[in-house]
Amino acid sequence: MASTPQTLFDKIWQRHEVSAESAATPAVLYIDLHLVHEVTSPQAFTVLRERGLSVRRPELTLATMDHSTPTATAQVFGGAPIAVEAAARQVRQLEENCRHFGVELLGLTHQQRGIVHVIGPELGLTQPGKTIVCGDSHTSTHGALGALAFGIGTTEVTHVLATQCLLQRKPRTLALNVSGRLAAGVTAKDLILAIIGRLGVAGGNGHVIEYRGETIAALDMEERMTVCNMSIEAGARAGMIAPDETTFAYLAGRPRAPAGEDWERSLLRWRELPSDRGARFDRELDIEAAAVEPMITYGTNPGMVIPIGGHIPQRPGDAAFARALEYMGLAAGEPIKERPVDVVFIGSCTNGRLSDLRTAASVLRGRRIARGLTMLVVPGSQQVKRAAEAEGLDRVFLEAGAEWRESGCSMCIGMNGDVAGRGQYSISTSNRNFEGRQGPGVRTLLASPLTAAASAVRGRVTDPRELCATP
Amino acid sequence: MEPFVTLTSRTVVLPATDIDTDQIIPARFLTTTTRSGLGERLFADWRYDEHGAPRAGFVLNQSAAAGCRILVAGRNFGCGSSREHAPWALIAYGFRAVISTGIADIFRNNALKNGLLPVIVEDGIAAWLMAHPGAVVTIDISHGTLALPDGTTASFPLEPFARHCLLEGVDELGFLLAQSADIEAFERRA
Repeated sequence: MASTPQTLFDKIWQRHEVSAESAATPAVLYIDLHLVHEVTSPQAFTVLRERGLSVRRPELTLATMDHSTPTATAQVFGGAPIAVEAAARQVRQLEENCRHFGVELLGLTHQQRGIVHVIGPELGLTQPGKTIVCGDSHTSTHGALGALAFGIGTTEVTHVLATQCLLQRKPRTLALNVSGRLAAGVTAKDLILAIIGRLGVAGGNGHVIEYRGETIAALDMEERMTVCNMSIEAGARAGMIAPDETTFAYLAGRPRAPAGEDWERSLLRWRELPSDRGARFDRELDIEAAAVEPMITYGTNPGMVIPIGGHIPQRPGDAAFARALEYMGLAAGEPIKERPVDVVFIGSCTNGRLSDLRTAASVLRGRRIARGLTMLVVPGSQQVKRAAEAEGLDRVFLEAGAEWRESGCSMCIGMNGDVAGRGQYSISTSNRNFEGRQGPGVRTLLASPLTAAASAVRGRVTDPRELCATP
Repeated sequence: MEPFVTLTSRTVVLPATDIDTDQIIPARFLTTTTRSGLGERLFADWRYDEHGAPRAGFVLNQSAAAGCRILVAGRNFGCGSSREHAPWALIAYGFRAVISTGIADIFRNNALKNGLLPVIVEDGIAAWLMAHPGAVVTIDISHGTLALPDGTTASFPLEPFARHCLLEGVDELGFLLAQSADIEAFERRA
């Protein structure tokens, strides 16, 4: 008798069950890769010390620093003190914890340091079929390579450090089928923003999303990471894409990917992973790619999103909606295009990879950013930075009037010194437009690198298709 | 984590929906390396103005909020980042339960691991609670019920293992460490 068709998620889950769940207890799930950073780990290491525990599998654990680390070159390499004193303490504590517990650290001046979700794939550590966790909700990014990857809290960081396992109830599955081709000027960022707009910020709660269909298969690896990255903004802890030739080509030759015979054996295993024909998902949703336009948010969560040429919706009687618009200084019914912009941020684990920087540079080449506007371009990792510099992208940004920084989370999360000012409008390629996310009182508009760069040139919210059409 | 079976308290009501963890505890306070001191920062940007003075209109700054251990909030509470600082801040302030029609997955997990009870209720119960701030309600963990002052009771879902841990004060790390034979067997198979 043929076995029951399984989804990609089912296969990875089943292969990592130390013990299956029962009515009384959750599953004990084995974790293949644990990524650690400076902000959500100190209290976890403290518990290990208090209880006299060690790290069970240090070789499956990798630490780096990204969230509270500065991006100013003088503070990273120039010997200048880290301006945010508490951040400096966190950095020192991570160094001390990694030394004490024997965990490998890609520290502040390491050539392979970067945002934790950029360096995992870049190093070839993120691989199809792995279970991957990190004390960060954007861990869903790694699902782009066909891994089961999700964010955990600090107590669970302690659990994984001490036992390499987590207690987990099996989530439900949601197939998100995307068909058709994205139009010119429409990017993976626009696609995921449109999906979040459809699902809502709680629509994926309790689910793991598998992005499927011809549109997804046609995306390159970095575009897939952008899509999976924002799964959590729809409430889903994990987003995944079946591994295919694009995945294997991306991984081949990366420093920590399998090599030689091991590579061949891995390929055989990885090819078994995609969901079987006829596999059942708990929910399905269809999206038509051709209908997606460049998207931009207007409110205080990523679900408050419209096509860039659209008008802010009207929701009379909705107090939460009214409050969000009041914070944003915007009115229901008005267009968002042509709104003046003060700050533009290109970077983050959503859009801080080489292809994102190339896209932004393609708009800025030979142009200048608008007078009075501040623009920060922050590569997702030191490797991305060097690769961008090797092809002259840093010159394009600097000549356009933007700042070019060392890698880190930077302005995606206002805790490292990179913030905008109260009341300012910031077009950001990051993932969250929550109140205060880029600094107290800052008004964030989430968009693609293309839209952000076009808006930087004009100093106003700009449809990139219009800028590119006019000489 | 101190075990508890029932909790009776007045409620504080925050009607906003989709309250994200950046509101519960803004990122700039995550540079701490301990769990302490976060209660003062709870809802910091709603609670204090830009000069650090309490905003009189915010519910936690009103005298009725003193001593309340149950927070009632709009749907999808705790969405956004995985920061466990969010439940730590709520607990440090004095809350032991959050009631909403929906609570985000990672926050719910983090809350349970710290003895902050996530209580998910139907729209009708939530609407009643929203309309009656300060109502004295009782949460019974062993039965998974919420009792309103008029005697109405509503049940809420609670994962059986989490219930067991809350009632018995079981430490999940201890539970996992006790699985080491199974974990070793798995590692040998893999």
